[in-house]
Amino acid sequence: MESCNCIEPQWPADELLMRYQYISDFFIALAYFSIPLELIYFVKKSAVFPYRWVLVQFGAFIVLCGATHLINLWTFTMHSRTVAVVMTTAKVLTAVVSCATALMLVHIIPDSLSVKTRELFLKNKAAELDREMGLIRTQEETGRHVRMLTHEIRSTLDRHTILKTTLAELSRTLALEECALWMPTRSGVELQLSYTLRLPNPVGFTVPILLPVINQVFSTNRAVKISPNSPVARLRPTGKYMPGEVVAVRVPLLHLSNFQINDWPELSTKRYALMVLMLPSDSARQRHVHELELVEVVADQVAVALSHAAILEESMRARDLLMDQNVALDLARREAETAIRARNDFLAVMNHEMRTPTHAIIALSSLLQETELTPEQRLMVETILKSSNLLATLINDVLDLSRLEDGSLQLDIATFNLHSLFREVLNLIKPITSVKRLFATLSLAPDIPEYAISDEKRLMQIMLNVVGNAVKFTKEGGISITAFVAKSDSLRDPRAPEFFPVPSDSHFYLRVQVKDSGSGINPQDIPQLFTKFAQSQTLATRNSGGGGLGLAICKRFVNLMEGQIWLESDGLGKGCTAIFMIKLGIPGRSSEAKLPLVSRVPADHVQTTFPGLKVLLMDDNGVSRMVTKGLLLQLGCEVTTVSAGDECLRVISNEHRVAFMDVSIPGKDIYEVAVRIHEKFSKRLDRPLIIALTANADRVMKENCLRVGMDGVVQKPISVDKMRSVLSELLDHGVLLEAQ
Amino acid sequence: MDVIIQLQRQLSDYTNSLYREGFLDDQFKQLQQLQDESNPDFVVEVVYLFFEDSERLISELAKTLSQQPMDFKKMDAHVHQLKGSSSSIGAQRVQKVCIAFRNYCEEQNIDGCLKCLQLLRNEYTLVKNRLETMFKMEKQVLGAGGSIPLN
Repeated sequence: MESCNCIEPQWPADELLMRYQYISDFFIALAYFSIPLELIYFVKKSAVFPYRWVLVQFGAFIVLCGATHLINLWTFTMHSRTVAVVMTTAKVLTAVVSCATALMLVHIIPDSLSVKTRELFLKNKAAELDREMGLIRTQEETGRHVRMLTHEIRSTLDRHTILKTTLAELSRTLALEECALWMPTRSGVELQLSYTLRLPNPVGFTVPILLPVINQVFSTNRAVKISPNSPVARLRPTGKYMPGEVVAVRVPLLHLSNFQINDWPELSTKRYALMVLMLPSDSARQRHVHELELVEVVADQVAVALSHAAILEESMRARDLLMDQNVALDLARREAETAIRARNDFLAVMNHEMRTPTHAIIALSSLLQETELTPEQRLMVETILKSSNLLATLINDVLDLSRLEDGSLQLDIATFNLHSLFREVLNLIKPITSVKRLFATLSLAPDIPEYAISDEKRLMQIMLNVVGNAVKFTKEGGISITAFVAKSDSLRDPRAPEFFPVPSDSHFYLRVQVKDSGSGINPQDIPQLFTKFAQSQTLATRNSGGGGLGLAICKRFVNLMEGQIWLESDGLGKGCTAIFMIKLGIPGRSSEAKLPLVSRVPADHVQTTFPGLKVLLMDDNGVSRMVTKGLLLQLGCEVTTVSAGDECLRVISNEHRVAFMDVSIPGKDIYEVAVRIHEKFSKRLDRPLIIALTANADRVMKENCLRVGMDGVVQKPISVDKMRSVLSELLDHGVLLEAQ
Repeated sequence: MDVIIQLQRQLSDYTNSLYREGFLDDQFKQLQQLQDESNPDFVVEVVYLFFEDSERLISELAKTLSQQPMDFKKMDAHVHQLKGSSSSIGAQRVQKVCIAFRNYCEEQNIDGCLKCLQLLRNEYTLVKNRLETMFKMEKQVLGAGGSIPLN
């Protein structure tokens, strides 16, 4: 709009235009003034707008623009110079502010644009985080489900419960339509439908295991989607619905052998079961990958739980079996014990019944011997006597054998004269061999020691048995006995391959061979001979039957002596050789602490007389008392004699070093006396040594004497030498180690 | 001199026969060993004591056997004593009869006991006679100035 300083008419022709301009300017001014007001109002409301200063500037700019336009209103008419000045000022200010604003905007607009982009970016991020959050929550949920499921499965060891729970929980978690488990049959060529969710007890559905779809599932440990038309997915014969997705996963059936001790279970097992899950057809849920993972995890857990259940079942079965076996064994043991007791009772009774007549025979035969007899009669009586002695021995053997079998027999180890033992054996068989007109020879090797340590009586038994058999079965010719010390090269015999004897400084092995020229034995029968009571056919045809206990007992005794015994024969009619090797101790070099006294002790070890030794002798038999007194006097002792227990207790004092008591005093007086003596002398040093004298020093007697505190037992009849060695040992050791 | 030797030989033969026939055993030899200068009559003393004892016991036995009812325990005790005495001096045959007698007592066999008593009497008489004869011979030898030979 132009303003001119000339005189103007009031309203020129284009007055309408003027008027419109006037109105527009007015409204523009109005707008110009109201916009900043609005801005200020809203800025005040919002707290976050960062560019206040810009707004102020902007506001100022707008206000001034408005002011300009407003002042313009006055320039339509005549205006004074003041108005012109004001107008000019306003315009100048407006120009300044607008230029400043323009400059500022240049600086500011990019900034606010970038704010926008950042905002967009944050929004995207927030959306993404939301998605992830959703995912995690879902996963956590499924994890919780798995834990719960596992807990349910593992809380029971019953196979059926495990599987049913699995199916139920899985269905609940994954909202399944149907869930089924196919187990392999025993033959392994088919899968049988074992459990389903809806049908409680499915029957009869089987599927061959070699289907490709099944192979596909079995070949991977992941859950696999399968076609709803495959045979394993056709779980309902009448399909009234449209099946949705079907997922199958393998369940390994682990065996105990799959669990190595320090390894993880091997999954290279051949047996799998198949779990089939059917999802509802209208499912809007997408099968997330993690849900399939859930299925796989569950399948593994089920496998482990099943294997635990199987292990438990097996161990329960084994335990039941063991309990049954235990009961059976217990019964068998009790029966065996009863049998043994019955046998022992029988043996004891028979033993006694058999002994009595035998004693009568022996006693009367020996009496018969003393009468007037012709030489033939004498020989016959002697044979009767010898036979009945052997019979008595046999009866003793029966008792011995039962004790041997129980293991309660112990050898009576003592030192004895080996040479004289052999000679006695020869002497004992000479009558029989001379009657049968056989020869009998004995040859002892020169290196056999004269004395040896072992059980003399039992060794004699063995020899007599072996030699007796040889003589018994020989009708012509004779027997020869050879004995020698076994050297290490001859110790190993092919017939006794398990025998490894080792001679040492204190022991040697004696080898005895008894060769006869009799009827021989079939080599096949030889093992039976050592079995008690066994008789083979050929043996039974002999004169008096070869069976019996003899060889069995010999074998046992030989074994007790840590030796071996066996028979060799070239056959029937060719004779027989009995060989045994036993371990004997060498006297003087043995490490045995309890060395019993030898019957002939070298004189320099033993005191010959005991001058001044005070002893007390108690014996109620006058003759016996006098004899023993004489014996003691001979040895230089000072002897006090009493004939009864109370007299003994009255007389005994600590001056007496030894008190000899003859056990034939009736009743139990002697034991009581011993106890009283112990009571009387409290100090061990004061008390006289108490020795029992008895004609019968058997184990029972010894035990009884030792139990009441006696210091030894001596067997009558006592020779001077015996008494001398007894006293010597008593004074040296204070106790008698072995009964004499 | 010849007389002494002859007497000694006689004595020796006689003694040997006693051993051979079983009247005496090793125990008697032991007894003889106990006799020495300090104890010159030991053997005789013991033997005579044995005679006394045996006679007493045998008469006791006879008495017990004639009683009714028979006290086997008492008999056993007597026989036991006799057995002890006879074994102490080595009268072997008497000892053997005692053993048999004890068995019969254990079985309470009256016939057996009676038989044994008879046997006992016989044996005792026999051994008494023999021993007395032996002692007479010994006295003769000693009287002639010789000494008793030890077997």
